[in-house]
Amino acid sequence: MDKYTKHTSVAALMNRSNVDTDQIIAKQFLKKVERTGFGIHLFHDWRFLEDGVTPNPDFELNKPEFAGAKILVTGDNFGCGSSREHAPWAIDDYGFNTIISTSFADIFYNNCFKNGILPIVVDADTLKALMDEISANEGVEYTVDLESQSVTTPGGISVSFDIDGFRKNNLLNGLDDIGLTLEHTDKIADYEEGHKKNFPWLWAS
Amino acid sequence: MAKTMYEKIWDAHFVHQEPGQAPLLYIDRHLMHEVTSPQAFEGLKMAERRIRNPHSILATLDHCVPTKLSDRINLPDPIGAKQVQTMMDNCAEHGLTLYDMQSRNNGVIHVVVPEHGFVHPGMTTVCGDSHTATHGAFGALAFGIGTSEVEHVMATQCLPQSKSKTMLVKVDGKLSKYSTAKDIALAIIGKIGTAGGTGYVIEYAGEAIEALSMEGRMTLCNMAIESGARAGLVAPDEKTYAFLEGKEFAPKGDGWDQALAYWKSLPSDDGAKYDAVIELDAAEIAPQVTWGTSPEQVIPVNKSVPAPADFDDDGKSLACKSALDYMGLDAGTPMTDVEIDFVFLGSCTNSRIEDFRAAAEVAKGTTVPDRVTAIAVPGSYLVKEQAEQEGLDKVFVEAGWEWREPGCSMCLAMNGDQLKPGERCASTSNRNFEGRQGKGGRTHLVSPAMAAAAAAAGKFVDIRELEQE
Repeated sequence: MDKYTKHTSVAALMNRSNVDTDQIIAKQFLKKVERTGFGIHLFHDWRFLEDGVTPNPDFELNKPEFAGAKILVTGDNFGCGSSREHAPWAIDDYGFNTIISTSFADIFYNNCFKNGILPIVVDADTLKALMDEISANEGVEYTVDLESQSVTTPGGISVSFDIDGFRKNNLLNGLDDIGLTLEHTDKIADYEEGHKKNFPWLWAS
Repeated sequence: MAKTMYEKIWDAHFVHQEPGQAPLLYIDRHLMHEVTSPQAFEGLKMAERRIRNPHSILATLDHCVPTKLSDRINLPDPIGAKQVQTMMDNCAEHGLTLYDMQSRNNGVIHVVVPEHGFVHPGMTTVCGDSHTATHGAFGALAFGIGTSEVEHVMATQCLPQSKSKTMLVKVDGKLSKYSTAKDIALAIIGKIGTAGGTGYVIEYAGEAIEALSMEGRMTLCNMAIESGARAGLVAPDEKTYAFLEGKEFAPKGDGWDQALAYWKSLPSDDGAKYDAVIELDAAEIAPQVTWGTSPEQVIPVNKSVPAPADFDDDGKSLACKSALDYMGLDAGTPMTDVEIDFVFLGSCTNSRIEDFRAAAEVAKGTTVPDRVTAIAVPGSYLVKEQAEQEGLDKVFVEAGWEWREPGCSMCLAMNGDQLKPGERCASTSNRNFEGRQGKGGRTHLVSPAMAAAAAAAGKFVDIRELEQE
């Protein structure tokens, strides 16, 4: 996984609430057995016209000002619904590495960290200020610094955000958290010994 | 100190916490299907890691599988066929139990797992599927995970987890005979919203929950995720034990007695504290129907489609406007005037034998109008067999329904069963998102009896009035 540190990038605005993972990556694209190549299908039903290939000029992310954006600013409860990790794979593959919203659905939020994506939670007033700034100046670039847990904008908005220390460290260092858990294999084995004594019926073959 | 059931299960599965890291939680059961697992197996292989406990895993094929018998031998979709084959290869390579399409045990993961007693009270259970919450009906801490976490559990039998907050949803009073667990689930989501449970594990309790069958409790917990909750839980009781006893993976002999003693220690202690408490009166829960594109956009069937101006919150008002556009509905239209084109009876929410009995009771002697397609998709072959033994298949077929093979089918429309743009569906599934049942398709979530009534009338019906006619 790539390390996430500090970057300055275009912030794209998608002012919609309750964006579900079915919209992020539609079911017809879930049949692949690889993790790659989902970006071209991101937001498919909104992004393309009926023919499925012509970009929909009315879809916000198709605006030329938002080309190359790494930051997505969006509404409440982003990523709700299905647990499909294809959603963050598609977001990552499309080019976003940061999502700013007032809230994220639980499973999606976890899935982001496994894929080097930073989901940033801000309060409603801050989100509105960011959205207003982007609306007034499409193509504006924001700077996100994970180390200092801050987002700064040319309009003078400065946001400091919370993030769990363990997750922050994994993102900063691009760590594989399976590897981290495996460092505690002896603890897991000890636990299993106790588990066998406490719940013997679970281990009876 | 008095503990909630969630805290008891958490404490019993806490493995270790390294300073600066998240607590590691031990995982007892790992459920799998073909869509969210292939990349996890691939990751395991690339890292040269092995599966720590293959016996903790039970797998099925359900999301991609056709529900027409003729399509089940040679899958018409080559990409879906590859996914199915990959699952079979992975299970064979690692020695995992798989209920493939030829197995009598095949069906939707959250239907087949309880049928075989694979998840017990007090277990931690995960699956790369958000509806894993279903198994909370047994008093198990069951939640959906992403594919990276599927790989994590395979390799370590653990997951780094942060502790959730607890919410008690207390439903007292008696449900009318026309309302079901599905209506309770929708009424709760209508009250707290689709993000109302975010960060919480919900415990459902109260007289109306205790009165539910195990099937009903599965329906209720299944939709915990639609309120944003990590999991839903119902305390195990005599119904739980009776359901599990004798099942293939249920404890036997002395093991049963040991397990039972443990299970009885699980319900939340008197005086246990919750971070939030929500109360509903079951007697006031009418049959529900969703009108929009989020499960929180739901009303009693005798009400009319709301207008954006009915919502104080700007976001909800905007969401109402966009939902009405997508759904092709005018504000103020009585729900019982809304005509449908399709009916889907199935999904991990409502495809158990009790659901088919309830729908068949309403469908009996009716005729589905020519312009309406109605499909009945059992959750498993065991449900299908049971329904056929009871003659329910004939009731549906005589009423003009299609009687299909088991699978997820039109709940997420991955297998070829789907709506055409603009088609309107009364569906017993769990999500009415835009395009969920096919691009441009319009989904209304209802209970099985409400779906059967809609199939007969070609429009939504208040089933409370049906019987009085």
